[in-house]
Amino acid sequence: MGNLLRLAVVLAGKDLRLELRTRTSIVSAAVFAALVLIVFNFARDPTAVATIDLAPSVLWVTIAFASVLAMNRGFLVERENAAFDGLLLAPVPREALYLGKFLANFAFVVLVEAIALPLFVLFFNLDIAHALGGLVLTMLLATMGFVAVGTIFSAMVVKTRFAELMLPVLLLPFMVPPLILAVKTSVPLFSGRPLSEVVDGLRFLAIYDIVFITLALLLFPAVVDE
Amino acid sequence: MVAATGLTRRYGAVRALEGVDLTLTPGEVLLVLGPNGAGKSTLLRTLAGLLRPSAGTVMVGGQLLAPDAHDARRAIGLLSHQSLLYDELTLLENLVFTARLYHLPDPTGRSLAALAAQGLAERAADRPRSLSRGMQQRAAIARALIHDPALLLLDEPFTGLDAVAGDRLRALLASHTGGQRAMVIVTHHASEAWALATRVGVLVRGRWALEGPRPASLEEFQHRYNEVAVG
Repeated sequence: MGNLLRLAVVLAGKDLRLELRTRTSIVSAAVFAALVLIVFNFARDPTAVATIDLAPSVLWVTIAFASVLAMNRGFLVERENAAFDGLLLAPVPREALYLGKFLANFAFVVLVEAIALPLFVLFFNLDIAHALGGLVLTMLLATMGFVAVGTIFSAMVVKTRFAELMLPVLLLPFMVPPLILAVKTSVPLFSGRPLSEVVDGLRFLAIYDIVFITLALLLFPAVVDE
Repeated sequence: MVAATGLTRRYGAVRALEGVDLTLTPGEVLLVLGPNGAGKSTLLRTLAGLLRPSAGTVMVGGQLLAPDAHDARRAIGLLSHQSLLYDELTLLENLVFTARLYHLPDPTGRSLAALAAQGLAERAADRPRSLSRGMQQRAAIARALIHDPALLLLDEPFTGLDAVAGDRLRALLASHTGGQRAMVIVTHHASEAWALATRVGVLVRGRWALEGPRPASLEEFQHRYNEVAVG
């Protein structure tokens, strides 16, 4: 287990270093998130729907699409110079490969969320100080679910010609359950309800994470080995 | 060192390898030749564990080659058509990353030594894409050798190298032969690695047309090669 985690950290460290050099995923996802928030901000009619009712959906739609964008490059970087062959050749458990990619993708998406959330607060003029703890917890749990599924789909589509198109098509249906849970958990939090009222939602998000991380760990070797 | 039995690899209806047997003992160097599409690269990738054979098995160091056969995988070094290097990392970062994957002690020192052995010590801070084709090939060789593999698989190792770099690589490979190590070199030009070889094999349409100890004379072999491969 120690070796598995060590290798996962080595792999994630490599991906983070690559991303810091190019800033391809994070910058494009952050710009995309900002643009979506701007569009929603100007498109909505505040007299028709109250901001507090609309805001959770807008936040999560933005995060979901920005996450797909951030995860798209996860395995594409491995196509360069057939670098993935180098990973498969090495005495590295396939589970460590998955965990490494999972950790790196999780870090990318959390970073995008850290950029998107203040913009969201700014554009929608919301006071979320009272809900911040619960919202961050919801974001972390939902992001784990998005990334668990996104990482394995990213590995599946990377060998196809249209990997960047295929990932959203495959991934979005699997993102619907955590997305709905995240919105349903966020609504009471935005309305100032206590964290205790959303414990069930958080619990379901955690269950989704555990189920899909476990499934992904079991399936990943079959996905990457010919 | 490596024992492959009945290796068959199909791509749909196409049979890239068909019942190939191969045994290499420590110290042996097998030169694999054959026309385009004969299955040379497929053989090498199957021996490396990157392709799963449709039938047959590969044993490396007495262990069946499988994704979780870590000792067998640790024994393999591969130089393929592509460098396996990340263009956005420096040469040193690429090699340190590889050294960490193989859990080698002193990854930085080992990486610097591997680069120095390829005459790339001064380019350690450069990225692969800033190097010439020949230098990239040398960096890929440094990557393949960093963990001192007992079985070295080389696919067209002399491609892109000038005469000096080619001689340097031959000397390096010569120093890597013998002892407990074995090597498989795939090439189109027998003369490039003739002196290193102890065995020679010719693949034609996925089968051995010739396989055995290296003949004494290259000319004699070329004559036989033309008979079996060119027809």
